Amino acid sequence: MNVLECEGLAKAFDELVAVDDVGFHIAAGETYGLLGPNGAGKTTTISMISGILESDAGKVTVAGKEITTRTTDGNAEIGYVPQDIAIYPDLTARENLRFFGKLYGIPKASLGPRVDEVLEVIGLSDRGDDRTEEYSGGMKRRLNIGIGLLHEPSLLILDEPTVGVDPQSRNSILESVELLGQSGTAVLYTTHYMEEAERLCDRVAIIDGGKIRAEGTRRELVELVGQRDTINLGVIGSAYRLVEALESMPEIHKITAADASVEILVDGASSVLPRILEVAQQSEVGVSGVEVVEPNLESVFLHLTGKALRD
Amino acid sequence: MRASMIIALKDLSQRIRDKSAILLGIVAPLGLALIFAAIIPDASDFTSDIQVGVVDDDRSAISAPFINDVLPSVEADGLLTVESYDSAETAIAAVDAGTISAAYIFPEGFSDSLQAGGEATVEIVGNVDDSIATQIAKAVLDSYLAEVDAVGVAVGAVMVSGGSDVAGIAQSVTASTSAVVLADVAAGNRELDATTFFSAGMAVFFLFFTVQFGVSSLLEERHFGTLPRLLGAPISRWSVIGGKAITSFVLGLISMIVLAVATTFMIGAEWGNPLGVLILMICGVMSALGIMALVAVVAKTPEQAANYQAIVAVALGMLGGTFFPLSQGPRILSLFSKLTPHAWFLQGLGDLSAGESLKAVVTPALALLAFFVVTIGIASIWRKEVLAP
Ligand SMILES: Nc1ncnc2c1ncn2[C@@H]1O[C@H](COP(=O)(O)OP(=O)(O)OP(=O)(O)O)[C@@H](O)[C@H]1O
Ligand SMILES: [Mg+2]
Repeated sequence: MNVLECEGLAKAFDELVAVDDVGFHIAAGETYGLLGPNGAGKTTTISMISGILESDAGKVTVAGKEITTRTTDGNAEIGYVPQDIAIYPDLTARENLRFFGKLYGIPKASLGPRVDEVLEVIGLSDRGDDRTEEYSGGMKRRLNIGIGLLHEPSLLILDEPTVGVDPQSRNSILESVELLGQSGTAVLYTTHYMEEAERLCDRVAIIDGGKIRAEGTRRELVELVGQRDTINLGVIGSAYRLVEALESMPEIHKITAADASVEILVDGASSVLPRILEVAQQSEVGVSGVEVVEPNLESVFLHLTGKALRD
Repeated sequence: MRASMIIALKDLSQRIRDKSAILLGIVAPLGLALIFAAIIPDASDFTSDIQVGVVDDDRSAISAPFINDVLPSVEADGLLTVESYDSAETAIAAVDAGTISAAYIFPEGFSDSLQAGGEATVEIVGNVDDSIATQIAKAVLDSYLAEVDAVGVAVGAVMVSGGSDVAGIAQSVTASTSAVVLADVAAGNRELDATTFFSAGMAVFFLFFTVQFGVSSLLEERHFGTLPRLLGAPISRWSVIGGKAITSFVLGLISMIVLAVATTFMIGAEWGNPLGVLILMICGVMSALGIMALVAVVAKTPEQAANYQAIVAVALGMLGGTFFPLSQGPRILSLFSKLTPHAWFLQGLGDLSAGESLKAVVTPALALLAFFVVTIGIASIWRKEVLAP
């Protein structure tokens, strides 16, 4: 069953078209990624889905309930984690959580235990009664996420939650998102980090210029654009001799040599690699290392849009 | 409503915590009221031993209120002691003898002649040795006639020394005319005593700073990024606005009530009928709320809003006569002051303190509510932008 369904979403700010005919769906337990560079329209899309921003066109339903800026019913199904840290600096973490918990209608009796639980999950149990202005950036980020988790939404929307976070905190954030996915929550995750999208997301939409350029599993996306594997060989001896020997192989699309390495672009590295090594041996070129790089979303993105994810 | 209350409670606890609301809402106005009350002498504490006489040969609708209402209230304030005389001759004799410093003489036919469209003269006969007393007596009459706005009344002050004759005096009186229509005569003593004036003035002046906390916290929510969270929550957008309004209202009303109680007990301010005062306070807080909401809506950032609000609060406070009684300035000022809630609030209190019934607060209260309705109306045109994430 789809937790989120949206279609035909559009939004323009004066002349600028920020989002143009965006639509997708997310099933329970599925993690869906919106991957796109700065200004792609990720936040604008999310704001319309969560009923914060009025859309120019399109329709959103969450758990079967329609969402607009005027509805309130379906909003309780959504947990929203804004891109910018959105907490009250003069309140403690516990007070922040309690406030939003009440606003989301968590019953009085269960609010206290639930707040403790969330503090535990985000690793702030021992700092819960300190004002958040005294927190580090990473702690604020974690609380920012905790507020979105508090009321156990069926759809959790995270807008670039790891920006400006140290590697350790980032890892713990990614782990919690994975856990949520496993527990049946539908997750909408925006990022411009290709690695995060690859690690977390069951399906990814590549968004640029307000439009979804492609959508699917990582495999599907890679196949869609017909990306090839890259084999990097470290060589001892003449790299150029190896290039000459390999050039005639039909499976090789492109081969370039540097001082002590050769980069080879092929279809299906696993089947071609043994033959390449064989040729190297025959040409008496030593191989000091082999690296196979499968195509990633970064290269898919590059192919689809002609630009890099990060400038 | 429930969501508004949750938001208001959160805001109030933030405001209490940062203490600035208490500082601006209570400490500052109370401190200033105490200082003003201490350094500025209360007019009602000022007493003199000036004795004046009055002769009413006219017994008309113009002379009677002056003699029966104005003079006794001036007497009650301790400024003058008044004595009645049967005839102009006896009064002038008393002036001559120095028993009284000056005498008011309303001649027979005074009002008839006015009503016929002619000119008439009220005479003030003063002792030449006591010209200050004569000037004071003349000032009292002048201010009464200014209220009456009678057509063609002339006030002549004549200094007499022993042996002058009445007819001669009458002729030497300088005549002046003012061509205005006869106006409300019932304007008694509507002014607040100095202590109450400064207490109420400071309270309403700082009210505009106090309500700003709730209003500008909406801008703060955007600044902290929490506004999108509120908009995404399962609550209506109006309840966000409602929460801020409740915060402002509660802060404003509490500060006013605390100030009224504190100044009553600390410096003996007399705010008047508690119910009437409460009505004026509620309407006053709402007017401040509306004006500050409008200013906040026009501003782009919390800092800008705070600046604009300070300017507006000070400008309206000055114009509204919270620092000095408007009656001491030119008339035009008191007309303009009606463009401020402050003046209406103080006028309402003045009427109450003059012992008038609760009905006296109706007009000022309605005027204050009008400020609220108009400003909120304009502000709500901007509502969409205010609530844009
Ligand atoms: N309130 C606004 N007014 C005008 N333009 C806006 C507004 N919000 C977004 N935009 C524009 O819409 C486009 C999409 O912005 P959006 O914030 O959705 O991008 P994003 O994908 O979230 O980018 P980032 O990775 O930087 O967060 C941008 O060109 C942005 O400048
Ligand atoms: Mg964004």
